[in-house]
Amino acid sequence: MPQMTDERVRAGLTHEEDLSLLHEVSMKTAGVSRLEMCIQCGTCGGSCPAAQDMDHTPRMLFAMLRAGMREEVLRSNTQWICVSCYHCVVRCPQEVHIADVMYALKGMSIRAKLYADSTAPDFSQTFIDMVESYGRSFEMGLASRHYLKHFPLRLPGMMPMGLGMIFKGRMALVPKKIEQMDQLKKILDRAKQLEMIS
Amino acid sequence: MKKYLLYPGCSMESSGRAYRDSINAIVEPLDLHFEEIDDWNCCGATEYLGINLIPAYSLIARNLALAAKQTHPVNGTEGTRTVVAPCSACYLNLAKADYYMQERPSLGVKVNEALAAGDLQYTAGTLDVRHLIDILVYDVGLEKIRSAVVRPLHGLKVAPYMGCMLPRPDYQHRWSDHEHPTELDDLLRALGADVIDYPLTTSCCGGHMTQIGPETAFELIRRLVADADERDAQLMATVCPMCQMNVDAYQNEMNRFFGTDYHMPILFFTQLMGLAFGREPKELGIGVELVNSRNALAHIGVEVPVTQEPTAPRKKVEGLPMPRRWTKHEGRKEAVK
Repeated sequence: MPQMTDERVRAGLTHEEDLSLLHEVSMKTAGVSRLEMCIQCGTCGGSCPAAQDMDHTPRMLFAMLRAGMREEVLRSNTQWICVSCYHCVVRCPQEVHIADVMYALKGMSIRAKLYADSTAPDFSQTFIDMVESYGRSFEMGLASRHYLKHFPLRLPGMMPMGLGMIFKGRMALVPKKIEQMDQLKKILDRAKQLEMIS
Repeated sequence: MKKYLLYPGCSMESSGRAYRDSINAIVEPLDLHFEEIDDWNCCGATEYLGINLIPAYSLIARNLALAAKQTHPVNGTEGTRTVVAPCSACYLNLAKADYYMQERPSLGVKVNEALAAGDLQYTAGTLDVRHLIDILVYDVGLEKIRSAVVRPLHGLKVAPYMGCMLPRPDYQHRWSDHEHPTELDDLLRALGADVIDYPLTTSCCGGHMTQIGPETAFELIRRLVADADERDAQLMATVCPMCQMNVDAYQNEMNRFFGTDYHMPILFFTQLMGLAFGREPKELGIGVELVNSRNALAHIGVEVPVTQEPTAPRKKVEGLPMPRRWTKHEGRKEAVK
């Protein structure tokens, strides 16, 4: 490994090659991420239907991981814009589990509180709160809580749709609860403990 | 009669109710028996995976563990190890948990440690997780479906919309192609429908982005609807409640956002099967879509009863009537943002 000589420091090198961030993300990804195999071909960004709204394409983000740019990566909106369509995943010549890497990055960016916009993390959290209380998702509670908090001004415009859904019997007004809620709670509590120690 | 374990998923009980109704209507003519997984819970959709890994996979795996208890034969019915999920997002989550617990055994160990807190256990690979359309095309078969048709959908131009989470990532290699699969085309053709060529068949509907980044989602929905419209489709057919919800319930908002005027109904493929099998629109949940399919279905002589819909308070028109930005048959389309 090249030394951090004066000339290298003067040229703007801030650190020697450090793959610890790359490995951390890789370990936090479900399955075997194969992130280390990325060859920077750019097929992912070129296949992405939402790339135009991303701060960085997935390829750029993976290069930043390799360069150890923790804060920039976790602050990027890329992982939050990813729509999980898996176009990049089936096209990646190195079979990197790109969508699952994005899920891992979301989790890391929440824990580091480095997301730029809280809409997406809050939506996930509200969804999870519903699931942890009832065992099922509850669209009515989810949508109303989320819209009140993040898009109160869009609420009047949403009324015709909301009313339409309720009128057509497509929006339950009360949540459905599973029978063995205790069992689910025990499983999730234990799972959360395991998440901490891993 | 072939038995399967059914994982309905949360939307089947609310926004995707029509999917459930129409599935109930086609199981009998196709001689299928779906046994619901007892006390199943939400799969976490795409939300839990981004927060905590082990809880997310434990939530999914509880369903697999419960299903595995129901695989043995009961009172004369044969046993089964196949779980059917009609929702693409549920299908992917269940399939993914089963696959990753094998690919990365340390994940499997932890998930099982969590399940043990609720006296459950799941050995990855025990079950076969499959989507409803997979069962219909590859187990039931197009021949049997064709023979159940009493009202062919001749003259109905349908855009087959497979969505993204069904054919991808395809851990078990179940589909004809990842980007241009033909299963839905073949099935709709077996019903007699006039299936149009729809290259965006596996493009994304925006998923949860309608909730968190509507502008990203609207563009994705616009592409789907605009392309179907340009190819003269009268309606779209879907295999997923999330796709149905996004394209249907958010179509008006999308129109408002871009100043467009699309009217592209989207029905579940099972609703079209029900119609072809001679069932009445009402028992198939037809009419609960927000972009109504009445005109489209009139092409095959199906009359959809009119339900009175609540409308938003109408704004007073002020000033001179202005021309609309564009309509489909008025020559050149004005460029849309």
